[in-house]
Amino acid sequence: MSSSTTKDSNRVVRVASGQGFWGDWLDAPRRQVEGGQVDYLMLDYLAEVTMSILQKQKERDPQMGYARDFIGAMESVLPAVVERGVKVIANAGGVNPVACAHAVHDVARKAGAAGKLKIGVVTGDDLLPRIDELIASGHPLTHMETGAPLSTVRDRVLSANAYIGSTPIVEALARGANVVVTGRSTDTALTMAPLRHEFGWAADDWDRLAAGIIAGHIIECGAQCSGGNCLYDWRNIPDLANIGYPIVEATADGTFTVVKHPNTGGRINVPSVTEQCVYEMGDPNSYITPDVVADFTTIHLEDDGENRVRVFGIKGRPATDKLKVSIAYRSGYKAVGTLLYAWPDALEKAQLADRVLRERLDAMGLKFDKVLTEFVGVSSAHGPLTPHVGEAPEVQLRIGVRSTERSSVERFTREIAPLVLNGPPSVTGFAGGRPKVEEIVAYWPALVDKTVVQTRVEVLS
Amino acid sequence: MKVRLLDLAHARSGDKGDMANVGVIALRPEWYPLLVEHLTLARVKQHFAGVITGDVQRYELPNLRAINFLLQGALDGGGTMSLKMDAQGKVFSTAMLRMVLDVPDEQARTLGLPPAPTP
Repeated sequence: MSSSTTKDSNRVVRVASGQGFWGDWLDAPRRQVEGGQVDYLMLDYLAEVTMSILQKQKERDPQMGYARDFIGAMESVLPAVVERGVKVIANAGGVNPVACAHAVHDVARKAGAAGKLKIGVVTGDDLLPRIDELIASGHPLTHMETGAPLSTVRDRVLSANAYIGSTPIVEALARGANVVVTGRSTDTALTMAPLRHEFGWAADDWDRLAAGIIAGHIIECGAQCSGGNCLYDWRNIPDLANIGYPIVEATADGTFTVVKHPNTGGRINVPSVTEQCVYEMGDPNSYITPDVVADFTTIHLEDDGENRVRVFGIKGRPATDKLKVSIAYRSGYKAVGTLLYAWPDALEKAQLADRVLRERLDAMGLKFDKVLTEFVGVSSAHGPLTPHVGEAPEVQLRIGVRSTERSSVERFTREIAPLVLNGPPSVTGFAGGRPKVEEIVAYWPALVDKTVVQTRVEVLS
Repeated sequence: MKVRLLDLAHARSGDKGDMANVGVIALRPEWYPLLVEHLTLARVKQHFAGVITGDVQRYELPNLRAINFLLQGALDGGGTMSLKMDAQGKVFSTAMLRMVLDVPDEQARTLGLPPAPTP
């Protein structure tokens, strides 16, 4: 239930962010529902390559293919959902939202709460079974940067998902769902959809939809807007151990305030929110989503008391007639090996080891597309921009190789450890064993006509 | 007077494919015009020469007192392809802040800019 049922202009809807990526703090979802009043809990699990990992899992077991962490998160927030009416929206469904919903149902059943959940499942984003049909019917799924048609890597494609917007989530909420599980929804739609549902924003109310999207952008990376990874005044940001994840308090006019629960650490102020606004930003005039094109040059921020930032003035423009498609395909192999060299002359020793290793790789005639050496502790973060400031006390040699041939990468992984006995001295840090060969799953962004993607909503109760 | 960008701005960076984005934000509103004047496309291209292989794009956001730069060819292919320690461009932010600006003494005094420490 929302905090009030009257649709007046002062009514506030609170959307809390509980997960910024798959791998984020396990405690955050529970802290968000227990730390104070929230209406919705939004959990973002999907990064660009996550879908391909999930696709591989589903190939091995047809009941898998979703973010397993979400099931534990649901378990931890279940009392708030069934007793206090907090609703949960998550793109944890990955490539198998239906199996994900059933796993949530199982958890609720074990807790004796299955009757209190209505789980909305959004599908239709998965284009993998339709790729050949799409290509044959004039949708080449051209790479957005290189311009190459998908047919050039067709046999290596692992997953293909359209980024879908807020509409099916709004539909699930309208049909009474209190948990909504999606596949490849945009991160921002997870926040905008409940606001659109609560305030009844029209599908062409561009300014308000843009405001909802920007609210989503600000909180989609979890604590990265509330003091986490914040460069501004970082020494004085209090109590990071107990950091509060962000909450959007929105009103019907599209203005909102970014806040966190009382008695939590971190800090929300104009600089912390500004840092998140520019994170992963492209052209700020046109932030393109399935729902609206948002204009980041219209965002206005002002401090509204301690740990409160008010956001207003946001403008949007009509959505385009395309959806972005995230395609993952196999693209060769890589491995990275490291060794640590100690004082004295640590850098010189690491440099010599690098030359020795490269000479051996050359002599074996191994084929690599790239061999990259970095000297950690000297220049791996800023490369040639790093000033020379005297002798490094220790240096980690880090060498990576990439190849279309697995055998070349495999052989490379056996050439690191020998350097400990047959290379330069004062070396350690090899106890982890040989580096692992990793298959590269590369990302292929494309556009497709909106009309070819039909989303479906099912509500399980 | 030499002034460190680190003393005038904060920043955050991230990735989009093989591109890193760096958003540079003025620490004080009255310093934003100085960033606009000094952080030109040419200057930023020159700063990252030898670090990135592609072009640079620049967008001003006066509402946030920020400038967003897109650095192409910054991440050795990006994402899962990259062999770099910083495959997602997370520390391009402070790489940008290594820049040192030459500001006329009079202007620097008026704006209250802290001089760069002498090495």
